[in-house]
Amino acid sequence: MQSFQEIIFKLKQYWAERGCVIQEPYDLEVGAGTMCPETFLRVLGSKPYRVAYVQPSRRPADGRYGENPNRLYKHSQLQVILKPSPADVIEQYLGSLEAIGIDLTRHDIKFEEDNWESPTLGAWGIGWQVMLDGLEITQFTYFQQCGGIDLELVPAELTYGLERLTAFLQGKDSVYDIDWAPGVTYGDVRLEDELQYSVYNFELADVGMLWQLLELHERECWRLLQAWPEAADKKRFPLLPAYDQVLKCSNIFNTLDSRGAISVTERVGVIARVRKLAVGVAAAWVEQQQ
Amino acid sequence: MSLPFLLEIGTEEIPDWMIPGALEQLGASFRALLETSGLAAGTGLRVDATPRRLVLRAENLPPRQADTGELVTGPPKAAPAKALEGFARKQGVRVEDLSLQQTPKGEYYGYRRTVAGRGTLDILSQALPGLILGIHFPKTMYWTGQNGPRFIRPIRWLVALLGDEVVPFTIAGIESGRITSGHRRLGSPRIEVSAADFERKLAENFVILSADARRARIEQGIAQLAVTPAPDPDLLAKLVHLTEYPTPIAGEFSPEYLSLPEEVLITVMRRHQNYFSVRDAGGRLAPRFIAVMNTSADPGGLVRQGNERVLRARFNDARFFWQTDRRKTLEERLPGLAHVTFQARLGSYLEKTERMVALVRELGGDEYAVEAARLSKCDLTTELVKEFTELQGVVGGLYARAEGKPEQVWQAIYDHYQPAAMEDPIPRNLQGRLVSLADKLDTLRGCFSIGLIPTGSRDPFALRRAAQGVIKILVEGRLPVPLKPFLQGNSELESFLEDRIWYYFKEIRGFRYDEVNAVLAAGWSGLPGLEDRLQAVRSVRPTENFEPLAASFKRIRNILRQAQFEGGEAVQPGLLEPGPESDLYAACEQVRREAAGKDYLPALEAIASLRPKVDLFFDKVLVNAPDERIRRNRLALLHTLLAEFSSIADFSEIVTNH
Repeated sequence: MQSFQEIIFKLKQYWAERGCVIQEPYDLEVGAGTMCPETFLRVLGSKPYRVAYVQPSRRPADGRYGENPNRLYKHSQLQVILKPSPADVIEQYLGSLEAIGIDLTRHDIKFEEDNWESPTLGAWGIGWQVMLDGLEITQFTYFQQCGGIDLELVPAELTYGLERLTAFLQGKDSVYDIDWAPGVTYGDVRLEDELQYSVYNFELADVGMLWQLLELHERECWRLLQAWPEAADKKRFPLLPAYDQVLKCSNIFNTLDSRGAISVTERVGVIARVRKLAVGVAAAWVEQQQ
Repeated sequence: MSLPFLLEIGTEEIPDWMIPGALEQLGASFRALLETSGLAAGTGLRVDATPRRLVLRAENLPPRQADTGELVTGPPKAAPAKALEGFARKQGVRVEDLSLQQTPKGEYYGYRRTVAGRGTLDILSQALPGLILGIHFPKTMYWTGQNGPRFIRPIRWLVALLGDEVVPFTIAGIESGRITSGHRRLGSPRIEVSAADFERKLAENFVILSADARRARIEQGIAQLAVTPAPDPDLLAKLVHLTEYPTPIAGEFSPEYLSLPEEVLITVMRRHQNYFSVRDAGGRLAPRFIAVMNTSADPGGLVRQGNERVLRARFNDARFFWQTDRRKTLEERLPGLAHVTFQARLGSYLEKTERMVALVRELGGDEYAVEAARLSKCDLTTELVKEFTELQGVVGGLYARAEGKPEQVWQAIYDHYQPAAMEDPIPRNLQGRLVSLADKLDTLRGCFSIGLIPTGSRDPFALRRAAQGVIKILVEGRLPVPLKPFLQGNSELESFLEDRIWYYFKEIRGFRYDEVNAVLAAGWSGLPGLEDRLQAVRSVRPTENFEPLAASFKRIRNILRQAQFEGGEAVQPGLLEPGPESDLYAACEQVRREAAGKDYLPALEAIASLRPKVDLFFDKVLVNAPDERIRRNRLALLHTLLAEFSSIADFSEIVTNH
């Protein structure tokens, strides 16, 4: 039986052999691998790029105190970006499943329409959820727009849900029972995270402080974005740190949301605020890359 | 000689629901191309698709267009010989070949040139890229780069064969050829085909090209499973277009999940997993399901086990939500609706709920209806509805039932989004009908009051559907509620609803348009009454007197309009001429007495019986009498006749042959 980490090793190896830079996870809290600068900024502009990384993805509202066998506050995505997408991208993707031991002649694979969209990032794409024996294992997206910008080269984004895939391969009903490493379960490694972050996100996070933090990070990002047009030396201008502020805002927003502190009306407003930042950074980034 | 033609657009997986529309357009554009190119329409034109290919085939295409003649006009008849020679030389013919032609400008020399028809291969090669990229899809993408072509999904190969020859063209860097691709894992990725062996070779490579054949394979496969699924044509159609080689398998789940509401189990299976649910002999949900694979078989049961595990996880989730939600009653959830926005300018769902409660009271609802309205939106904060939004209302009803609310209340909550579509039933009890009416009327009033009015195809708040629901409930529920007083005097909303009423009776109920016009023109408020009037008009219409009378009413209306007669004057019997005029007056008075208080049909029959008197009047009496007092009295008589007998329907709207 392959452990969680072996599956990750094999997938990274597979994509490394197909020209991907293997990155380590981005070191800020994000809700999805797409938000990392390795995806969000790299898909912009005309430079081809291939990258793969495992990104712990935090979704405060999805936490279940470690009680639900399928839902996690923090799950792991393998994010693969192929820019531009090769013509045989689907074949390459199916090959990656075979590389982790799935005999596709004995399983049922379907590509069901699912167009991805992130209002917070001003990003959307066309694609599918890939279903393996009725289980959604991957989100497959051809990016069309990012940061409100039509993309010059269309990247393919493959997002594997690693816990699900592993549970499938190991035949486990609960994510906590899967083997992370030989003799060590996922529960051993992550159960405390799930419990403690659920308590924090749902019960204890200081709403007032979070609103303040949101504002501080937003303000810092704006300060930089406003300085950008006047910046004398564009190359050394800190757009990557500006983008970190966007990520901070996004995670704080998600935490506020899970605390039930955001009404539906406010929600739309805050998403628009964060998107404005993301769009601003994206536009500046494209300019800086030229 | 005639040639077979094969076109295959090889793509990545096309969304199932877009396939039928794309095929229809492909066939229509190809037919149009043949027509405009003067190519005799080949026989046996057919279109087929799987998720990865759109295919068009035709037999008997001619190899080229027929030759045509073209007249080239030269110098006029009077031109000198030199001009004639010059023209002939330029055209490469002899002067003797020229002949005189009659033209609108006089006689000219000219000659008839034969234009060779273009080769079909050439025509197709030029036209096909535009034809393919011209297929309209609801949402398209680009994949080769920013200015690249747009299609529903990337095009990966193209087969285009006229007879044995490749029709050459290129789209998005893909050159047409004769190589197709089989099933992603069971077939070969590169298969050389001809028009003749295409379908057979695909079948050998586990692609069933015909949707009908795939449907038959699913149905036969299910028949062999010894379980009978609940009929579900929509799901079947979806699976037909989601697979290239469909094979059904049966799976099971633990009976312990049957303690969850059936609605939730079915939604999980159908909407989230594309499974058919199964009922036992007694009609109860059985702990089984049928999945349809896109592969040939599941010998080791791996696919079945995988699907069973997924379903177990989904049911576990649902059970978790069901149990968590029940820690709080619907009543306790009510204040939370203050945080759920209905519409930014129309406030929260709590405010909407308050308005709905008031409306239900105005509509004459009892205390059950009022309670149902108050709790109707509380399920919006439940985990179950957040997970399965399509079950809003239903979930609230289920929780209300579990809380022990009376049937009148829980059923009303359960049904109050009905009818969502025209073919849906209306809520089953009176309370549900009133809550649904209040919900929809509130949405319509609110949106119209802030200018959110549907235009063209833009109707983001689904107001047409809401209006349709209001009408359907009032008519089919036979609710004697006058509608107009609930429209707050908003004339835009009134005319919007009138349009919808018109649509409902004409398109859904099949009344003739002029009958609907006639009845609406007579005024409307209560809709069951409107329906009764329509039924009466429809019944009386075939009788011999009705249409001629309708024609006379139209004549009366024209006479009054020409005379600019506004009414307001009583008929003075003393001024009536004996004979047809006073006879008509007497008949009117009698019919008025007869019709009063009668049902619509006998009333209409009585009115129709006026016809001989009206005919005789127009035959014998001159309305435009020289004496002004007599003339006005006759106009008053006609006006009274029209006004008096147009309260059921305005007969002048009826289109007649008279």
